[in-house]
Amino acid sequence: MRSTQDGRWSHQVLPGESSQGIGKRMTKLVEVRDLSVAFGDTTVVQRISFDIDAGETVALVGESGSGKTVTALSIPQLLPYPYASHPTGSVLLDGEEMIGAGSSKLLAMRGSVVSMIFQEPMTSLNPLHKIGKQVSEMLLLEKHLTRRGASERVRELFDLVGLDESVRIGAYPHELSGGQRQRVMIAMALAQEPKLLIADEPTTALDVTIQKQILQLLRDLQKRLNMALLLISHNLTVVRSLAQRICVMTHGEIVEQNTSRRIFGAPQHAYTKHLLGAEFMDLPPPAARHAPVVAEVENLHVRYALGRHWFGKQRFLDAVVGVSLKIREGHTVGIVGESGSGKTTLGMALLRMIPSEGRIVAMGRELHALNKKQMKPLRQDLQVVFQDPYGSLSPRMTVGRIVGEGLRIHSGDTPIAEREKQVANALIEVGLEPDMMNRYPHEFSGGERQRISIARALVVKPKLIVMDEPTSALDVSVQSQIVELLREVQLRYNLVYLFISHDLKVIRALAHDLVVMHHGTVVEQGEARKIFESPKHEYTRTLMDAAFMREL
Amino acid sequence: MSPLARRRWRQFTRNKRAYYSMWVFLGLFSLSLFAELIANDKPIVMYHAGELWFPVAVSYTDQELGGTLPSEAVYWDPFVLDLVESSGGWMLWPPIRFGYKVPDMYIETAAPARPSARHWLGTDDTGRDTVALLIYGFRLSVLFGLALTLISSSVGIAVGALQGYFGGLVDLLGQRFVEIWAGLPILLLLIILASIVEPNVFWLLATLSAFSWMTVVGVVRAEFLRTRNFEYVRAAMALGDSDLSIMVRHVLPNAMTAALTFLPFILSGAVTTLTALDFLGFGLPAGSPSLGALLAQGKTNLHAPWLGLTGFVTVGVMLTLLIFVGEGVRDAFDPRRTMVASGVAR
Repeated sequence: MRSTQDGRWSHQVLPGESSQGIGKRMTKLVEVRDLSVAFGDTTVVQRISFDIDAGETVALVGESGSGKTVTALSIPQLLPYPYASHPTGSVLLDGEEMIGAGSSKLLAMRGSVVSMIFQEPMTSLNPLHKIGKQVSEMLLLEKHLTRRGASERVRELFDLVGLDESVRIGAYPHELSGGQRQRVMIAMALAQEPKLLIADEPTTALDVTIQKQILQLLRDLQKRLNMALLLISHNLTVVRSLAQRICVMTHGEIVEQNTSRRIFGAPQHAYTKHLLGAEFMDLPPPAARHAPVVAEVENLHVRYALGRHWFGKQRFLDAVVGVSLKIREGHTVGIVGESGSGKTTLGMALLRMIPSEGRIVAMGRELHALNKKQMKPLRQDLQVVFQDPYGSLSPRMTVGRIVGEGLRIHSGDTPIAEREKQVANALIEVGLEPDMMNRYPHEFSGGERQRISIARALVVKPKLIVMDEPTSALDVSVQSQIVELLREVQLRYNLVYLFISHDLKVIRALAHDLVVMHHGTVVEQGEARKIFESPKHEYTRTLMDAAFMREL
Repeated sequence: MSPLARRRWRQFTRNKRAYYSMWVFLGLFSLSLFAELIANDKPIVMYHAGELWFPVAVSYTDQELGGTLPSEAVYWDPFVLDLVESSGGWMLWPPIRFGYKVPDMYIETAAPARPSARHWLGTDDTGRDTVALLIYGFRLSVLFGLALTLISSSVGIAVGALQGYFGGLVDLLGQRFVEIWAGLPILLLLIILASIVEPNVFWLLATLSAFSWMTVVGVVRAEFLRTRNFEYVRAAMALGDSDLSIMVRHVLPNAMTAALTFLPFILSGAVTTLTALDFLGFGLPAGSPSLGALLAQGKTNLHAPWLGLTGFVTVGVMLTLLIFVGEGVRDAFDPRRTMVASGVAR
């Protein structure tokens, strides 16, 4: 382990040394100068420059397609060359020019000087090999260790990244949770004690509480090993607590780079301000406290049958256990919880898309007493918007047909011209052009697709819309636009939203009432404003701390 | 045409082998559709007794032409030829003056006759012209194959769709039934059935359809299982759409790709099965224009190699063309290839 005590690896500048300029000048660990990256004939990164000092944490922040990952990948030269090329610029890593370096030199640099961790811990590990083997592989290759020595070293690394004894070296990746897998990835990246660790969206695929743990780990490791960290994220909050300096990227350019404090305190560039604005959205406009109850759920249970053996007992997974809630007109009920907490199941059960037990009353009717045919007219009042803007629109239908489906089903006797007019109105309502009707979903961006999904729900004039993570797959600035749209529409039609999300920022900007779920049960529910101000339950508190990065 | 269809078409045309195979096949097939105008023992147009006659389309009796027999006129009979000529008329014959039904009565050598100017590829052992047999046989094979493909893929898609969409018990029972049904020895069953019933085209079509619909069930079922959990399908459910409507409007268009890929191969499989049955003598009734029967004749008349060779080359070329087209279609529907070709992804 590289130790900070013996000072051999310490890059700390002694007082006065740099100002006197004796000897050679203090070299940066990474110096990127005028770097451009092109794929084929398209330039995706244009003449950017930044430095990373040894032991420093720098963040590259930008929305998808801003070129941040491409920039990071060009430091260890991991882009698909020769399809990718660098028309201009240089990348100096530890004093060595990386661009155009021979493959043997690159191999020597990767792992020992620079290593990476990626977003998807699910796909970054080979499912067929034991985790210990995957970590020790590179140790055996490069460090000339014996097998026994290597496995000791793996254990050491596991301890370092906080994987305790319960995680066996001989475990397979599927036996680990997402957070544990990400820790294994970090152990792998640290195996050769790199001077620079590049973390590409290391927490995006994880739940908020796990996110917080991983970020804490990264920060501890960075301090302990005095390693430089290049953090790539679309999320400013994640970066705030870790990075000393932040580079804001958009359209392949760095538009602003400054210390973390300055970026958050006094942003200069319009885009930075825009990003920050999207990050901190206003609270929702107030809703009447004693508005009539539109829907009510009482003691709702949902259980999924697990695998059954021929003579074994049927086992069940209780996804939702005894949930009760009231939904008032014009209100947004936010349902918060981590993955597996049963929040989506609750939404689907309310729509009667999956079987459930308990009482659901909507529009004054008891839903469980209705059969499929009787349910159909009610479907017009209960609509849904899903998370995935790519999976929620049929790729083979035009936008006009997709949005018009509800009208075809519920008001089939309306003349087609009239229905088309309603579709056009719905599209205008969500901020799209009516002439987009004849186009196919793949021609639209994620945000536009989500608007189409919303139009599909709105066109039948529903009273309640279940929003199942509608903003989670979108960039922050697009997120805030969608939130804005949802608010507008809610006020106009006095709509009710059941807003399911793991993203507390979005929930805070929309919800009047809040339900916090954990392992299928409600741990806390009530007025959203109050819960955000003073969470009562322990779990709610950890969730909020993690989401808003308090006390990291 | 949607952009995706256009991209697929472009990908298909880029595969030169498949593209030209398709045109050659379509050319041969459309030619064979006009078989009556190419090889027939009746003239196409005839001028006789001051009138125009159309023997190909209309059946005239001998008496109508001025002869004595009440039956249909036999135009290659010297008596009829004389009759027309003597009245100052003329006959426009197809390039091949023999149909597939009637043997050549004025053949000089013993049947099977070797290739000559009169019979370009010789005759079979009953004196029928091989070229005529070939043209009519090709047409029958392809039409039979198309009909069988249409029927069996519709049935297969319907069964696969039901299984995949509803899943659970429907799927479980359906799959077991398909497994048992697919385990039956089809050829043997057909041979047994053929000994009970006198087979004709429709009977054969029905029995073969009953055993060939399983091919697409698997892929369609898999596609439906995958697609029914997509959010757009769930959105349609939330809108209160009926199951049938969801299956047809939302799931099927996205599941068709997999089934379409199979179609050319089902077609060539159907052609092969028909040929095999005919070859074994359990297929179409005797006297039908059949490539399988031609091959069987080639086998029994080894001294007349033109029969076997003709049958072999025809079946070989037909299947090769179909397979090449099938490969092209399959590749055009492969999203990875389509995307690579248009530079969307690498």
